[in-house]
Amino acid sequence: MITSREAFETNRMIDEMNLDVRTITMGISLMDCADSDIDRFNEKIYEKITRCAKNLVKVGEEIERDFGIPIVNKRISVTPIAIAAAGTHADSYVSIAKTLDKAAKEVGVNFIGGFSALVQKGSTPSDDVLINSIPEALAVTDRVCSSVNVGTTRNGINMDAVKKMGEIIKRTAELTKDNDCMGCAKLVVFANAVEDNPFMAGAFHGLGEKDCVINVGVSGPGVVKSALESVKGSDFETLCEKIKTTAFKITRVGQLVAQEASKRLGVPFGIIDLSLAPTPAVGDSIAEIFQVMGLEHAGAPGTTAALAILNDNVKKGGVMASSYVGGLSGAFIPVSEDAGMIEASRIGALTLEKLEAMTCVCSVGLDMIAIPGDVPAATISGIIADEAAIGMINAKTTAVRIIPVEGKKSGDVVEFGGLLGHAYIMETNRFSCEDFINRGGRIPSPIHSFKN
Amino acid sequence: MERAVITVLGNDKVGIIANVCTYLADANINILDISQTILQGFFSMMMVVDVSGRNRSFDDLINELNELGDRIEMQIKIQHEEIFNTMHRI
Repeated sequence: MITSREAFETNRMIDEMNLDVRTITMGISLMDCADSDIDRFNEKIYEKITRCAKNLVKVGEEIERDFGIPIVNKRISVTPIAIAAAGTHADSYVSIAKTLDKAAKEVGVNFIGGFSALVQKGSTPSDDVLINSIPEALAVTDRVCSSVNVGTTRNGINMDAVKKMGEIIKRTAELTKDNDCMGCAKLVVFANAVEDNPFMAGAFHGLGEKDCVINVGVSGPGVVKSALESVKGSDFETLCEKIKTTAFKITRVGQLVAQEASKRLGVPFGIIDLSLAPTPAVGDSIAEIFQVMGLEHAGAPGTTAALAILNDNVKKGGVMASSYVGGLSGAFIPVSEDAGMIEASRIGALTLEKLEAMTCVCSVGLDMIAIPGDVPAATISGIIADEAAIGMINAKTTAVRIIPVEGKKSGDVVEFGGLLGHAYIMETNRFSCEDFINRGGRIPSPIHSFKN
Repeated sequence: MERAVITVLGNDKVGIIANVCTYLADANINILDISQTILQGFFSMMMVVDVSGRNRSFDDLINELNELGDRIEMQIKIQHEEIFNTMHRI
């Protein structure tokens, strides 16, 4: 039988250290909604999403109450629209984004991901329509998230798409400038995107997935931070062991929630994604974990090593706790969503270049970084190319979610609100990469992709 | 059997166990195990209970124990046992 020490430990994690299930994300395939008529396609996807996810929020709330564990978000990911909608031959997919937004509001989820295209090797006419629709789609909807995969280790990098996405990000910022360029916070450019990621803004339902699945994202930087406070000053073996055992316990909670959600909804369980995802709340921060590890601020020398330790041991603890660990699993470093990162960037401890180095060892990439609005599109493309190259060569997922804030310069503050937090505008390198970006074409896949 | 864990936390005072047990008897809930300690005047109690014979919904139990907690100035929670088992037992 459970001991009272164990019962109180669990509840202390929840009540004082912000342990939560960050999201229950239902993945829904839209492949069977294909139609040559876009209006008919919209009707079909609305019907399927609202039917499959009808009870998602209700069941999430029930599990939350039965086990006393907060489930912060209930969300939906769908088949990349560029694939599902290809048969419509429409010249804009904005109406599809509106339909997704309406369906999300109807079932009460706060985000729906999958306004996406996978163009790592090249784009189809449908991919081009989708990418061109992104700025308007994100400006006229509230809950739709978009992602574009521009490179993989297997296929190399589509530099035409990289160039295009720099322009699309600028255009999205322009169309949402009255709203702090919020559109860009809902847009991710990936390399090595994963098909079962439950976290936004990059979630989509991959083509190798079942018709409908439940994926669960667990978080808890505060729990790891508190655990590490108990081993302050000890050696790295002890430090790593502590992260692993803590990650194990957190993931087990996710496993329970995923199984319950799957059972109660009658939908198969996909994966658990254990990602230390910070929130702007104090004590729920990755940067504060670095401080407990012994760094004055995130960004100080040693930060990349500290993040590597954190990311690797979170995975090691997580894989023991669930048979199906997937998604991105590791540590996220979104700047605006992390109180410690915001402070580190305010005082100049954390720079864009250091963040880039950190993305070599974190679970995703450059995330929620605000840059001056006058940065040219080519520079944004250059930043995307660098991230995609890191992902391609190191066979890991990388991403860029960057917000060029119109009318703001480095050091200014931009407020996104809620879980998205606020950020100080970071300076970018002002030397040009325009001629490099304008070359066009593809970067061939790296030598280690030839594994057959 | 459907087991749940009740945790009670707060400053020690007269009648905490009596209050909680009276409520549980009224809700037709059987107590399987109680452990209780006082650390520096701080009262902490954990009960394992069988809620299968309950005469109200689990939601009602959560709300009413919460209200009882407010009344006697203690934090009282009831949760299904699985969350503790999955976290602490392999």
